[in-house]
Amino acid sequence: MDTPLLTVRQLRCERDERVLFADLSFAVARGTALQLRGPNGAGKTTLLRILAGFHPDYEGEVSRAPGPLAYLGHRPALSGLLTAEENLAHYLSLTAPGTALSAITDALERVGLAGYEDVPCQALSAGQQRRVSLARLPLLGITAPLWLLDEPFTALDDRGIALVTTLLEEHQAAGGGAIFTTHQPLAPRPGLETLWLGPEGAP
Amino acid sequence: MKIPGLFWGQFRRDGALALRQPGELANPLAFFVLVITLFPLGVSPESAVLAPLAAGVLWIAALLSTLLGLEGLFRRDRDEGTLEQLVLHGDPLVFAVLARLLVHWLGTGLPLTLLAPVLGAMLALPEEARWPVTAGLALGTPILVLLGGVGAALTVSLRSGGVLLALLVLPLFIPVLILGVSVAELAVAGLPTAPVLAWLGAGAALALVTAPFAIAGALSIAVETG
Repeated sequence: MDTPLLTVRQLRCERDERVLFADLSFAVARGTALQLRGPNGAGKTTLLRILAGFHPDYEGEVSRAPGPLAYLGHRPALSGLLTAEENLAHYLSLTAPGTALSAITDALERVGLAGYEDVPCQALSAGQQRRVSLARLPLLGITAPLWLLDEPFTALDDRGIALVTTLLEEHQAAGGGAIFTTHQPLAPRPGLETLWLGPEGAP
Repeated sequence: MKIPGLFWGQFRRDGALALRQPGELANPLAFFVLVITLFPLGVSPESAVLAPLAAGVLWIAALLSTLLGLEGLFRRDRDEGTLEQLVLHGDPLVFAVLARLLVHWLGTGLPLTLLAPVLGAMLALPEEARWPVTAGLALGTPILVLLGGVGAALTVSLRSGGVLLALLVLPLFIPVLILGVSVAELAVAGLPTAPVLAWLGAGAALALVTAPFAIAGALSIAVETG
């Protein structure tokens, strides 16, 4: 239980001949959520992509505890022609094949979209699409100990923001960890840490 | 448990997607039919003129209409961000790739093969070459889809990859074209066609066990370049 979910040592990344970050070291212990903050272009998305394994162009060391990873990029990764249920069923076939499809109904209900199972995603609003995308989190739960969320609050209303916060808190309480980016100021709570990226550091 | 789940999950999703956009399925087929109907009009309606050309016309039209459907093979998944999830969770990626290509072939290569005997009659394809050419297309169109998939995966990150895709895959299509047309020549000459069909079959088997790995690799690279 004591080994961190993720350890980053001496991470350095350059993009287009500009140093995004150098000498970056941090760890995410079980039960903590790390908020990445920094101005636009500071490298928040790049850092998340490095941690997810999508960006091999870096120096330093990233070590992750075994187990699947939940990664939600800034695109919702939904096919507009398919319904919410079909999109999530495909996701389940990738991450947890054999799971009962009733789990999808429960997850959609959790994100406030009960009754929208059979609506094609292109007919949903941006906020609703974001919620369908977020339904992946209750679907995976603690089977994916580490969540990487890129701007999870985008397009969400106040209740949506509260929902994401609750999902994060429950995940932390279950022993999971998360790293997410947002410009949204969040109320301080135990287990919520902040990491500033960018040349100036914390303001 | 995991691998059949990956394959069938992807197959169901891509099948549902294909059925929701029937236009995308119909376009390459309509193109195939149109190109072939233009030949009697543009060259000559005389069967003496058309007959020697028929197999070649069928194959060239099949090749070009396959090419037409390739560009969108992975493009939408990439733009939506689904490709990232596939690369992250879909390991080993080849099974999802195989499912995607199977759906694509069922929607393009198979109907095209089934239409070939009918359109062959329109082109005065000699009777004895009809079924050998159809068999050749049945074996050859999977090769076209598999090789074309490699090109589609390599050009998925490019904004206008269409021309580059054609330049990449058309040279690879040439051996298939030559073998496919020679089947008709052999049939007309009354010689056995089985050896050449066996070559096409061998090509399809080779493409089936190699191309999905190349596609999976190219898609992983496409995700890494953002």
